[in-house]
Amino acid sequence: MKIITNVFHQLGRWCEPVIEGIIRLCGISAIIFVFGIFFFVFREGMGFFFGGLDIVEFLTSPEWYPTSVSNKRYGVLALVAGTFSVTALAMVLAVPFGLGAAIFVSEFCGPKLKETLKIVIELLAAIPSVVWGFIGLTVMNALIIKIFKVPIGLTMLNGGIILSLMSVPIIVSIGEDALKAVPDSYREAAEALGATRWQVVYRVLLPTAKNGLLAAVLLGVGRAVGETMAVLMTTGHAVNMPLGPFDSVRTLTATIAAELGEAAVGSDHYRVLFIIGVLLFSITFIVNFVTDLVIKGIREKA
Amino acid sequence: MFNRVLCVIVMVAFCLFTNGCSKKDETGEKSETDKAEKHVIQNAGSDTMVNLAQAWAEAYASVEPSISIEVSGGGSGTGIAALTSGTVDIANCSRQMELAESERVKQNTGESPKEFIVGYDALAVYVHKDNPLAEISIDQLANIYGEGGDITEWSQLGIDNSECVNDEIIRVSRQSNSGTFVYFREAILGKNRDYKLGSRDLHGSKDVVELVAHTPCAIGYSGMGYATPEVKMLKIAKNAGDASYGPTAQGVLDGTYPIARPLYMYSLGTPEPQEQSYLDWIFSPAGQGIVETTGYVPVGQQ
Repeated sequence: MKIITNVFHQLGRWCEPVIEGIIRLCGISAIIFVFGIFFFVFREGMGFFFGGLDIVEFLTSPEWYPTSVSNKRYGVLALVAGTFSVTALAMVLAVPFGLGAAIFVSEFCGPKLKETLKIVIELLAAIPSVVWGFIGLTVMNALIIKIFKVPIGLTMLNGGIILSLMSVPIIVSIGEDALKAVPDSYREAAEALGATRWQVVYRVLLPTAKNGLLAAVLLGVGRAVGETMAVLMTTGHAVNMPLGPFDSVRTLTATIAAELGEAAVGSDHYRVLFIIGVLLFSITFIVNFVTDLVIKGIREKA
Repeated sequence: MFNRVLCVIVMVAFCLFTNGCSKKDETGEKSETDKAEKHVIQNAGSDTMVNLAQAWAEAYASVEPSISIEVSGGGSGTGIAALTSGTVDIANCSRQMELAESERVKQNTGESPKEFIVGYDALAVYVHKDNPLAEISIDQLANIYGEGGDITEWSQLGIDNSECVNDEIIRVSRQSNSGTFVYFREAILGKNRDYKLGSRDLHGSKDVVELVAHTPCAIGYSGMGYATPEVKMLKIAKNAGDASYGPTAQGVLDGTYPIARPLYMYSLGTPEPQEQSYLDWIFSPAGQGIVETTGYVPVGQQ
């Protein structure tokens, strides 16, 4: 008996560094993957980035003519503006709804309603983006034309509404987790001091859970920036500097999705689409970086 | 140990593989030809032609059960690339192969591609069914779609499109790599002129018709096979004041309808006997009848 435990002990001593190594590799793998993806995307676009592409024109011109015969122009300003405007509109719609629903589900509703709501919200998250796009293309298009008396419904507003519907479930479920993580003793203490339920939420829960809630919102932003199929189908896919919610726009992701399939491998058009990929990558990197700084700032103040 | 596992995997794969083959043989035996092996013809290319090619392949399966035809889409350029690398036997193409492309095919495979015109496709210009406009000239279309063109409102065409709320012409176009996009640009704007930015660039022939059907302000172009009762096809005049013609089979063949294009199939060198018999069947009344039922114009009616 003693011998057997001894053997296991020895085995454990040998295995431990191996297991530790494997776990370490798992941790580091994320870094390897991120840099690997960045490297390969950049490598595809590099040939044109250093040879021929006018960077200033690329970033400041709204003229996107990648397949012109006589005068090819690669300006992505309108696409960047499209991405930001649709995302911003989606967040204006999704954040109040998402956080409101998270607070209701976590604090105000009864257990039975809570279960139903959670299941339905999860169902909402499970609808594939191409189905959302289809709804936008057929139902929302006709509705927007009728209600707002505009010539076409495939607009920034349509894309924004569809995107907000897609990001609300994420904001709700992560926001609810963040609120749930606040210890019950906080609520009890506040109520013992005579606070109403609304005061508990407003003065105690929201300040305590703000990091988690911010994370929920930013994951929603990430979903909106990265979404492709639904915005491709609902925004009208028009190269256009948007002036209002009833203008059609085109996003960076939709441009890649629509054009990469048939761009000849190795052509300037193919490479410029990869440079757009690098640009998207940089935008998400900056958003995440700023978020980290903001959260750190909040922590230090607290 | 690993060797043994590998051995088992290989054996299982082998069993499955041979099993699959023997099943195919059984169906082959049912045919009159009684050949042991099925001859497979690989057929890929134009998205415009994919429905047609599929209908042909399905009908041919009952004509000649010993030959099976595998059809895939991907675009005219994709088909030519596959022909260049020798992975397909017949490439579908909704535009004529360029000289550089056919030289590349010859360089890579040692055989020059042989061209067959298997049918014609007329591009129809669609408007909403309540739009009072009945005809339009190529020049007007160029001023609507072309860069620098000055027609932006329906009243400029001399009509009162009362269903359209602000009289704006909503241009519906295709994504920039579509063969239809390229052909329409060439036929309407000429080789070197570009489209006006801000058109709604949709991702499929069917989507264009769908959007125009729901948008009273819209104008769009797509294959005439996609027409539905909710849209109207405009008659087109070569010059302002000339007689205008609708997209009919007769008009396409005698050249009075100005925006029609041939549909091509390319084989490597002289086709093999099986491929030749398939192509012969395509040119037979049965094959050309399918061209007509899928909404294209058959060849050889002159």
